[in-house]
Amino acid sequence: MTNKEIDQVTGVETTGHEWDGIKELNNPLPRWWLWTFYGSIVFAIGYTIAFPAWPMISSATTGVLGYSSRADLDAELVAAKAAQGDLVTKIAETPVADILANEDLARFARAGGKSLFKVYCSQCHGTGATGSVGYPNLNDDEWVWGGSIEQIYATISHGARSPTDPETHYNVMPNFGTDGMLAPEQIDLLAKQVASLSGIEGGAASPEGNQLFADNCAACHGGGGEGMPDAGGPSLNDQIWLYEGTLAAIKAQIERPRHGVMPAWQPRLGESAVKQLAVYVHGLGGGQ
Amino acid sequence: MQNLPWIITLAGGAFFTLVLSGLGQDAAFSAHMGIIAAVLGLGAVVLLRQRGPAPAISSDGAESNGYFDAPIRIGSILTVFWGCVGFLVGVVIALQLAWPELNFGPWFNFGRMRPLHTSAVVFAFGGTALMTTSFYVVQRTSRARLINDSLAWFVFWGYQLFIVMAATGYLLGITESREYAEPEWYTDIWLTIVWVAYLILFLGTIIKRKEPHIYVANWFYLAFIVTIALLHVVNNLSMPVSLLGSKSYSLFSGVQDALTQWWYGHNAVGFFLTAGFLGMMYYFMPKQAERPVYSYRLSIIHFWALIFLYIWAGPHHLHYTALPDWAQTLGMVFSVMLWMPSWGGMINGLMTLRGAWDKMRTDPIMRMMVIAVAFYGMSTFEGPVMSIKSVNGLSHYTDWTIGHVHSGALGWVGMISFAAVYFMVPRLWGRTQLYSPRMVNWHFWLATTGIVVYAAVMWVSGVMQGLMWREYDDQGFLVYSFAETVAALHPYYIARAFGGLLYLAGGLVMAFNVWMTIRGRVRDERPIATATVLQPAE
Repeated sequence: MTNKEIDQVTGVETTGHEWDGIKELNNPLPRWWLWTFYGSIVFAIGYTIAFPAWPMISSATTGVLGYSSRADLDAELVAAKAAQGDLVTKIAETPVADILANEDLARFARAGGKSLFKVYCSQCHGTGATGSVGYPNLNDDEWVWGGSIEQIYATISHGARSPTDPETHYNVMPNFGTDGMLAPEQIDLLAKQVASLSGIEGGAASPEGNQLFADNCAACHGGGGEGMPDAGGPSLNDQIWLYEGTLAAIKAQIERPRHGVMPAWQPRLGESAVKQLAVYVHGLGGGQ
Repeated sequence: MQNLPWIITLAGGAFFTLVLSGLGQDAAFSAHMGIIAAVLGLGAVVLLRQRGPAPAISSDGAESNGYFDAPIRIGSILTVFWGCVGFLVGVVIALQLAWPELNFGPWFNFGRMRPLHTSAVVFAFGGTALMTTSFYVVQRTSRARLINDSLAWFVFWGYQLFIVMAATGYLLGITESREYAEPEWYTDIWLTIVWVAYLILFLGTIIKRKEPHIYVANWFYLAFIVTIALLHVVNNLSMPVSLLGSKSYSLFSGVQDALTQWWYGHNAVGFFLTAGFLGMMYYFMPKQAERPVYSYRLSIIHFWALIFLYIWAGPHHLHYTALPDWAQTLGMVFSVMLWMPSWGGMINGLMTLRGAWDKMRTDPIMRMMVIAVAFYGMSTFEGPVMSIKSVNGLSHYTDWTIGHVHSGALGWVGMISFAAVYFMVPRLWGRTQLYSPRMVNWHFWLATTGIVVYAAVMWVSGVMQGLMWREYDDQGFLVYSFAETVAALHPYYIARAFGGLLYLAGGLVMAFNVWMTIRGRVRDERPIATATVLQPAE
């Protein structure tokens, strides 16, 4: 079956084999192909001499360059730490209010806080810290637990209603409706009274409502609904609402309040990170 | 009742799996066995209702060549079918990534749909295409009928059963969580049996060949069959929790397990998606071009270089992990050395067209083959580049990898398979021509545009993703959170789904064209270009 012939189109001899009409030309290997192949082999040999490569009985050759990915990583981590100088430790050691006064520390803390915020805080408070229903907006000047740098620092450190931290911010609003503390018509009047404080549609002040507010709400939310950050009582006299500013939502909150939980971050992130976050959040616009 | 042994086997199998379903130790196993019992029972009923011997499609004398083409005909249809299914699931999961609301749990969550997509495309579409064309090619280039008709049917339908078992298992949540090897232990055992039968069938046919030499396409097919057997068995060594349960645990642990998995995963690409389809290319391309293969010597050298080097390249999937540095180095340098052996196939394919380049203008099937080989060349260049550690540091875990895989899968594997189907179908059914060569051209452009959109979008999004992950501000803090990098991908994910949709549309055009060809229709259309006028006189 070896019928070598000359291919008419290319003038190259065939190998003389044929399968189902398919023949093969006896072209040599393309030179560029062969030399590139050799080149890649030479590169491979060179590379394996330079870097850890050949497995031996109990270990492998280490390569003449002494490369190790773990050593490389360690060096990079050391370099990254060195580039940040002692700022991380300094922030941990400095009282949080003094950080704001030191521009070098504050700049570093804001950058670190921004990076940390995206990883640990944005899930609830949003990447732009604008919050959502149940999660406070951190850009405005209303603060459930206070907006001074120390208060923000305390909130981040210990969280709110955190089950793991004895120093956590803690308060509970009573279930006025489901626990039968107020009658339905009283809740109606009270909700309208609260809504009237900020001009929400359907709101209406009444003497009875006013009395109900004074008896049941003022202790935590202030006599005029201006809020009491020390007790964690949100203000009720502006347009900023944790659980939507509608009459129905206010009523629902009086009947059976929802309570948010925020983790205590100090044990997880450490002193320096929490301070960086406090500085960053304080600088978002609403810090007092 | 010549089918009686088959009917008894299928009915017995259905009964057996039904019993297993009743004894199952977990709900997923019972449900899965129930499904398999239903499939086997259905098979038995279909065979029972078939009167007389199976029609040998001999109304037009197509079977007079003495080859056993019946499974090849069914295989051609199923290749097209599985292709469209795989592309459709791909579009669905692309949309799920763009709009997570489209996850309908638990059965149609991304986590279950993704292996459904990869397996549907690689094993159902690609595997059926490889099996079908290998039956076609080995008979014709050996001038020998497959050694045994029953064995051929067993291999063919056994493999289809494996596909159904794998696919239904994924949706039920049955998985080994090994990429491209997700089916659980009992599905693996079934595939092993089928695959050994495939090896016997293929090798037996080669052994009784009437040609003095083994054609190069068959070397590649054989390398594919042998190596996949090896990879499949080793990677799936595991201990079932119960012989009546759907869960098993790998024999390996930790980094050894990872390395075994990627030794398998990379060589599934190397021997399933590369070697097997090179076999396809080596037969159909010279046949379609009606030209001799460019270089016999190149085919030998690049074959042996390819199969020797490929098997060591797997560790490049584990750069900068717990895998020891020395293994990472070897994975990288073997990948770099693999560049030219891979390109040998591209050169041999493209240079075979010397003297037939005018067919690019007149023959859309030839166009498909050329673009397939071009994408093969691109992705086998990109692969070694991505295996270089510093490049990998940027590309790994990003969409760049997804883009790379798809330029290979859609461009090379898909296109060469489409071309093979278009080549075989008229010949298998004794038709003088396809229903519509122009629709092949539509398919070509839909698919090519789809691939270009897909790959370009994934390159951009992958590089962007990699750069975002490593961006630090001047104080040494990461600039982006992971969630922000995900949000940034949204527009690219929509564009990617669009690319996939174009590719799927091309597949549907092919399905219609193939179906009409089988029915013996010819579309009333202008011929492509002015072929006859421009044909050189030589």
